[in-house]
Amino acid sequence: MDTALGIHRFQFAFTVTYHYLFPQLTMGLALLLVILKTQYLRTNDEHYNRSARFWAKIFAINFVMGVVTGIPLEFQFGTNWSRFAEAAGGVIGQTLALEGVYAFFLESTFLGLFLFGEKLLGRIGHWFAAFMVFVGTWLSGFFIVATNAWMQHPVGYRIAEDNKIVLESFWALLLNPWLPWMYLHTMIGSVVTAAFVMASIGAYYLLARRHEAYGRTFVKLGVTAGFVASLLMLFPTGDQQGRMVAKHQPVTLAAMEGLFETRQWAPVAILGQPDVERGRLDNPLTIPGVLSFLTYRNWAAEVKGLDAYPRDLWPDQIPLLYYSFHIMLGLGTIFIAVMTVAFVLLRKGRLFSHRPALWTLMLLLPFPYIANTAGWFTAELGRQPWLIYGLMRTTEGPSVQVSSGNAMFTLIGFMGMYALLTVLWLFLCYREIERGPEPAQAS
Amino acid sequence: METLWFCLVAVMIAMYVVFDGFDIGAGIIHNFVAADDAERRKVLASIGPVWDGNEVWLLAAGGTLYFAFPKLYASSFAGFYLPLIIVLWLLILRALAIEFRSHIQSDLWRPFWDVVFGGASLLLAVFYGAALGNVVRGVSLDARGDFFLPLWTNFRVGAEVGILDWYTILVGVLAAATLTLHGSLWVALKTDGELQQRAHRWARLAWPVTALLTVVVTIATFAIQPQVPGNFARYPWGAIFPVLALAGLVGMRLWLRLETERNAFLASCLFILGMLTSAAFGLYPYVLPATTGPEFGLTIYNTATAGYGLRVGLAWWIPGMLLVAAYFVFTYRRFAGKIRLDQVGHY
Repeated sequence: MDTALGIHRFQFAFTVTYHYLFPQLTMGLALLLVILKTQYLRTNDEHYNRSARFWAKIFAINFVMGVVTGIPLEFQFGTNWSRFAEAAGGVIGQTLALEGVYAFFLESTFLGLFLFGEKLLGRIGHWFAAFMVFVGTWLSGFFIVATNAWMQHPVGYRIAEDNKIVLESFWALLLNPWLPWMYLHTMIGSVVTAAFVMASIGAYYLLARRHEAYGRTFVKLGVTAGFVASLLMLFPTGDQQGRMVAKHQPVTLAAMEGLFETRQWAPVAILGQPDVERGRLDNPLTIPGVLSFLTYRNWAAEVKGLDAYPRDLWPDQIPLLYYSFHIMLGLGTIFIAVMTVAFVLLRKGRLFSHRPALWTLMLLLPFPYIANTAGWFTAELGRQPWLIYGLMRTTEGPSVQVSSGNAMFTLIGFMGMYALLTVLWLFLCYREIERGPEPAQAS
Repeated sequence: METLWFCLVAVMIAMYVVFDGFDIGAGIIHNFVAADDAERRKVLASIGPVWDGNEVWLLAAGGTLYFAFPKLYASSFAGFYLPLIIVLWLLILRALAIEFRSHIQSDLWRPFWDVVFGGASLLLAVFYGAALGNVVRGVSLDARGDFFLPLWTNFRVGAEVGILDWYTILVGVLAAATLTLHGSLWVALKTDGELQQRAHRWARLAWPVTALLTVVVTIATFAIQPQVPGNFARYPWGAIFPVLALAGLVGMRLWLRLETERNAFLASCLFILGMLTSAAFGLYPYVLPATTGPEFGLTIYNTATAGYGLRVGLAWWIPGMLLVAAYFVFTYRRFAGKIRLDQVGHY
């Protein structure tokens, strides 16, 4: 039983982490595509249209990867987490069905029009298709974050006579107080990834002295969007998200920060390794009072540590949770610094020839992916030991009828298949980037 | 209210099979009707702008099933664990083949994806048919409403069944034949010249196979699932569904002879809708019968969520579906007519 649970958890974690490598680019990129198409409409300069067409190719590759790796997730609620699906399906089935009916149809319809219909639709029609792809992807994000927000902070439900969790208020589900900040934090995180990717490819073109006109456009848009989005990640969205955790999941906050003891002037840890066995943070480098301030807007306020809670309420992966949170926060801080410098250089007109800055932008490409992944690890590990916070434990959720051997079979299958997908995906993206926005041959 | 949602989910699943069915069918015949790269691009272009939207019916139907009948979703998805995951892998491979094939002009790359596309499409059709066969035949549910099926046991229909036995394999083959026919008619509708003629030939081949298997499967179904003849005896008006299927089947043959592709394709849609609604009608109120005894079967009543969720679901489902209808009408109109390679982007 224990090993089967472990495999179910690992398989979902693996498939969802892998899946989110793609939407986190496409959701943000959809917004940047709308901006490029708008610039084309405004200036009537074919340069912007070619730029959009280039990114549409990258978008299409990543979108299809997102679709094919996303379908398994909706299935796995039933295949691997049937006890959870049975208990809570009446609630989270709503948001998942809403996503299908309202977001996926919209997205797929207009993506088809966007990719295949440029000649059929005309300039304004094609802009509209791009805009609707953006709406569809962001709506899809909304419903899926609403699902997760309910698992983090269940609202609008009641427990029926047969112990099922059933929906009591549809609007409470969609107006969950946990949802708005989590949604914005997630979506802006996706803009960060798209902006960094765009700036990185642009910087690569400039450094390699190829497609330089496009390189400048990409760096300019990427840095501008990246600068704004990186700041918004910290404030207000990240800050507010943190306050929600402090208010509703105080154990999680203590575990994220490696705060084992309740104290006033609670510090934030810059460095240090949580030592769960001894109940302390090893090799700590901390700033006192900051955690108290961030949580209660009062430097001296008392913040409850892990010692204030019984052990069976502690997240079961405290070190990984702590590192995920710190990696996210550390990278987010670096992003703000880099993008601020790059934005100032851009405004002064020096960025396009500033090789150290361009090198930095180019090399930063993988890091927003890491930061977004670490952010989701923080949310999901932070919710432990609960599957639905306060209502259902993770240990109560899996499909007990699926043996560990069957689960292992599919886990290995997914890992093998996704390894293959990764090679294909890297190869095709690399190829499009090498060909650039103006492929040599016609058609 | 449960009955209404039963009908709505059944219709959504039927829509999935009608829509994604023709692009799966096009995949099955892809390597046989299209002789060279240009023809294969035409087959792909005929489904290019729509296949992804068609597949969304699966997700939307799955999501709707999930919230309306959580117990059914939980029990069946876990019980059919292995075949469902294999279906996922096939869906992944198929989608990648469609999207990635066009990226590289190479004598190795494209034929490779052609084979993946064709193979995954064929296997999907068989698996979907077998899945339907399992739902009609029933599974070995326990008192809690759980089950776990191995892929096969002894290939017989009994209490201890596997996913694959003679009945479900038969339904799988029928599904493959039906979708081959459906896809051939679609390709014939969307193309011209020799490619169209070959698609016609495939349709003319697939029709008698489909018709014969339909008869065989119908007899077998009446024999192994007593609920089905029972329902048709209790509510004779339900004969409308098989009559629709029969009308579709006959219509296909007539219009195929006249080479009126559009009507033949629509008749095929009618046939599929008729067959699936007949199956749903025959099982009602069961959604997953038990081979272990009728008292263990899952029905719409012991699997549905509470009334509020079903009512509020209806409030968003109806406008949502109207929007979807608008998208589909718009898209299919926009991309109507024969495929011309100089007019399609992307591939």
